[in-house]
Amino acid sequence: MMETMTKIPLKDNSTEDVKYKLIAENISASYDGIIAVKNVSMKFRDRAVTALIGPSGCGKTTFLRCLNRMHELTKNATLTGRVLLDGEDLYSNKVDPIINRRKIGMVFQKPNPFPTMSIYDNVACGLKLNGVKDKKIIDEVVEGCLKMASLWDEVKEKLKNPGMSLSGGQQQRLCIARALAIQPEVLLMDEPASALDPIATQKIEEMIQELKKEYTIIIVTHNMQQATRVSDYTGFMYLGDLVEFGETKQIFENPRNEITAKYVQGQFG
Amino acid sequence: MITVEQRTEFRKHFRYNVGRRLVLDKVVKCMVFLCVVVAIVPLVAILVNVFSNGAAALSWNFLTQIPGAVGSDDPGGIGPAIQGTLVLIGLSSLIGVPVGVMGGIFLSEYGNNRYGRTVRFFNDVLAEFPTIVIGVFTFVLIVLTIGNFSVWAGSFALSIIMLPIIMRTTEESLKLVPVTYREAGYALGIRRWRVVFTIVLSGAKSGLVTGILLAVARIAGETAPLVFTILGSSQFIQGLDGPVDALPLRIWRLSSLPYDSSVVQGWGAAFVLIILVLSINIGVRYLFLRRKGQAMLKFKKLGSMS
Repeated sequence: MMETMTKIPLKDNSTEDVKYKLIAENISASYDGIIAVKNVSMKFRDRAVTALIGPSGCGKTTFLRCLNRMHELTKNATLTGRVLLDGEDLYSNKVDPIINRRKIGMVFQKPNPFPTMSIYDNVACGLKLNGVKDKKIIDEVVEGCLKMASLWDEVKEKLKNPGMSLSGGQQQRLCIARALAIQPEVLLMDEPASALDPIATQKIEEMIQELKKEYTIIIVTHNMQQATRVSDYTGFMYLGDLVEFGETKQIFENPRNEITAKYVQGQFG
Repeated sequence: MITVEQRTEFRKHFRYNVGRRLVLDKVVKCMVFLCVVVAIVPLVAILVNVFSNGAAALSWNFLTQIPGAVGSDDPGGIGPAIQGTLVLIGLSSLIGVPVGVMGGIFLSEYGNNRYGRTVRFFNDVLAEFPTIVIGVFTFVLIVLTIGNFSVWAGSFALSIIMLPIIMRTTEESLKLVPVTYREAGYALGIRRWRVVFTIVLSGAKSGLVTGILLAVARIAGETAPLVFTILGSSQFIQGLDGPVDALPLRIWRLSSLPYDSSVVQGWGAAFVLIILVLSINIGVRYLFLRRKGQAMLKFKKLGSMS
């Protein structure tokens, strides 16, 4: 096991023991010959929200997909670097990517509930297909996760209805409940609110605040207000590089890099 | 940027002859409708023709009895042929459907390489193979080896005919399932084969069932390969290793006899075959796609309420 406790300076210049849940080291990734991520290293704090911002095509999503080994499923994908979860290298030959994907949940940009499954089965399938058979446990997890995704009250009467019968915002919260059902430790969210209206977005943001008490959350977003509202740390990516990474407040109020400053002030995007 | 002058210039190039375009729209609609009629006319004509010629032969005895002596007063029935066709369809599907679906899964999920392309190519060649060649092949491979015509040999030949159809339709319908669902499955830590079998396959169910039914309809009407494999018989099945009768074979035999009563029976048998394929089609669709149908009904109800 690698030492994951390090001291980082906080804003009042005092130091505090900080646990990093996930550490990405020198990640470079490409697909179809396009280099999307260039030598990015980032540390993600446990029980905190880290936002990844940057203009379209800057590699945020590709980087996110490297963190749970989804990137390698892309056609003609290449990847170098290491990702450490609790000090253990996800890309080591000894590690089964499947097991790690169970520890690192993912929510996609577009709501994608399984079309042939009911609301209940959408949440339950991760458990069922990973070998959980006890109906009582499954019932408990489904209810708990739907509550965590603040969807329970809206669907408790119609759990047998198809997941597709829900509205877009409800579908996305269903997908979050589905991701939570496998009891991950890290939650990756790829622009989870980009297809949603402001009220649904607000619900998801409130939920992220709630979830952060237990999870390490990494969220890709195009919406800078959203990044300031939900995240503790922010990384700004540009053309595949991690330009600046620090506390959200510092990135938005006092960026050290000129490009970051221009981006957060909305001068380009 | 486009300037205001440019924009005015561009607009001049649009056509504003609304009347002509409305007419054109109607013409295209009529042509499409006409083509559908042209496509349906032969179907209806065949059905009417077969029924009007064969209706006279239809009776309970016709459906259940063995054929009578050729040219005698009691023409008998086509019971063994109906039984044989049902058994042949069942056995061929038992071999052809699992292998075909698995092959389709391979092509769609694991076939994006040289090996997959080769399999796909030969599969397409097989789909276009003259079925009589498959009959001769089975004759040499199984009938000559075992020493007699048999249900097994017939089922083997028919399942070979089913294979490429099922493989191709399975592949195509699996490919239609969006990659986002697969990714959602992978992200839940579900293994690839389970993602395919639980999430992708259920999403492709209606395409899969359609492909299987196409293949069943195709083999139900095959005659040529059966001549070389099951021979035909005027008795009910004695065993799977013995000869058997089948509807297409019976139709062929009856229609080539010089007696009017036989020819009418031939038409009757043809009608029975059509009804048989149709009922299998409707039955399977009802069984496997019921839920979707109910959902559609609900949807329609909602639509009529609002």
